[in-house]
Amino acid sequence: MFELLGIPPQALFGQLLLGLINGSFYAMLSLGLAIIFGLLNIINFTHGAQYMLGAFVAWMLLNFLGIGYWWALLLAPLIVGATGIVIERLLISRLYHLDHLYGLLLTFGLALILQGVLRNEYGISGLPYGMPSALSGGQNLGFMFLPNYRGWIIVASLVVCLGTWFVIEKTRLGAYLRAATENPTLVGAFGINVPLMITLTYGFGVALAGFAGVLAAPIYAVNPNMGADLIIVVFAVVVIGGMGSIMGSILTGFGLGLIEGLTRVFYPEGSAVVIFVIMAIVLMIKPAGLFGRTA
Amino acid sequence: MVSVTDNQPTPAGAGGAAKVMGMPAYHMVIFALLLVAGIAAPFLLYPVFVMKVLCFALFACAFNLLLGFGGLLSFGHAAYFGSASYVSAYAAKTWGLSPELSILAGTATAAVLGLAFGSLAIRRQGIYFAMVTLAFAQMIFFFSLQAPFTGGEDGIQGVPRNDLFGFVPIDDHLATYWMVLVIFFAGILFIYRVVHSPFGQVLKAIRENEPRAISLGYRVNRYKLTVFVLSATLAGLAGATKAFVFQLASLTDVHWTMSGEVVLMTLLGGMGTVFGPIAGAAVIVTMQNYLATFGAWVTIIQGTIFVIAVMLFREGIVGVIQKWVKKPL
Repeated sequence: MFELLGIPPQALFGQLLLGLINGSFYAMLSLGLAIIFGLLNIINFTHGAQYMLGAFVAWMLLNFLGIGYWWALLLAPLIVGATGIVIERLLISRLYHLDHLYGLLLTFGLALILQGVLRNEYGISGLPYGMPSALSGGQNLGFMFLPNYRGWIIVASLVVCLGTWFVIEKTRLGAYLRAATENPTLVGAFGINVPLMITLTYGFGVALAGFAGVLAAPIYAVNPNMGADLIIVVFAVVVIGGMGSIMGSILTGFGLGLIEGLTRVFYPEGSAVVIFVIMAIVLMIKPAGLFGRTA
Repeated sequence: MVSVTDNQPTPAGAGGAAKVMGMPAYHMVIFALLLVAGIAAPFLLYPVFVMKVLCFALFACAFNLLLGFGGLLSFGHAAYFGSASYVSAYAAKTWGLSPELSILAGTATAAVLGLAFGSLAIRRQGIYFAMVTLAFAQMIFFFSLQAPFTGGEDGIQGVPRNDLFGFVPIDDHLATYWMVLVIFFAGILFIYRVVHSPFGQVLKAIRENEPRAISLGYRVNRYKLTVFVLSATLAGLAGATKAFVFQLASLTDVHWTMSGEVVLMTLLGGMGTVFGPIAGAAVIVTMQNYLATFGAWVTIIQGTIFVIAVMLFREGIVGVIQKWVKKPL
């Protein structure tokens, strides 16, 4: 049995895998935040609650309607995204002419409501959500054991993130989006329905959070607080990455997940704060973030 | 902030408001009324409840100094409130220090933290600023969760109310109450003084138009950092005092929901007004006290108030009154 820096490889790779999985969630959530921020100029504080809602909707679909994991993976993001669209139309759209901070405060209030309602209904102990049978078991990679579901999370997250990147950076729709973040008035003058685009963008960003929630449901207990602490780490990820680029948030998300995993191996006490420490360092050296544009 | 209403006193002569010791007479009246209410309150209401209101009112006023007058939304003020509360609880319990020294130690801790976090946070603006402060506060939360001296999930319980200055006993609630009342008044008078000083005027200029303030030659970042440290210090003062009110320092004090609560108090009371946060804190603390039995409903109601305040009621309670009486409050 060989050892790396005094750490058994099983433990090292196990933590790296865990880091990569956390990184998948960081990447998906910070990507959603970046998209919403880009077009709406709103930090969507509800994002964590919407991620949690995705997991709850998956649980409800299974327990009330008997709809399984694979359909939930499609339906839950649609449902969560639809609630996002309602929220954008009813509330957020009325705040665009105000200071951006009101958007933050509004979405913070919404997160409190959402978490409170579900806590009232289901408590905080967490509900079990079974793994799809097709993904149970795992692979022995020789140096470590990879549970299939964990591998699936990483693959699914990568596919979704890169797909989103492709749509935004390489397609005509993406070009409209990017143009609208620069100058909505001008894009509107070209006959593009900017308010509709904004609404759908919010819906899509929220759906992304919902999708992450469904992915998370089988490995974490589904509970009302699951998004609350995650979202703050994601905020730190966003500050570190800087919100300029889509690829930036994906890379930062995965990278920080890995760093967190490594810290858990070599200095477990520091794993909860390492991302915040990195944030402090990045702020000192590059206040706009690693991939950020100086605005 | 966009909707922050004009809160500066009318310049000398303008409006002809009578002034007492440089303070408009009606402000003097309000302070006097507050003092009378503060003296009468513990005989009419449960003193611990009133002390809670006072601590949170000071916390909210400290926060408002930064948001309402500096235009900086910190979403991590629980860090200063909570760490001060831990330090003063620890100082009183383990080192056996007297309350005023313990509170001083807690407040100083908050000041140092405010200087460290503030100097980094002011490098980003607006929403980023809020996120950075929040993330730093979360760092303090995890530290408090894991550090050996904080008692983890239990917090520091049974904080002794040693004799004030070594000889004034504050062992019953009423005696503690007078101490808290004095601290509260000292705090808000100090904030009032800061807001109405030349320093406060420059802050206002920066809030309204930062590039212009820079072009006028003000070192904007120095002003921002100063107000950040002042706000953190006063939040710490509130937190340290709170440790003696409840004889407890716990994770609740450093959790980010506490940061959210103080934003809510300020928003509801009226940001950028001197007296608004006091009203906001009174409303929220009262609500929490009477709805405590409903459990998670408190969160839902708080969230709803947030949404309503942002959508329909951005001036806050005192902001609305200010509009009626047409005088800055």
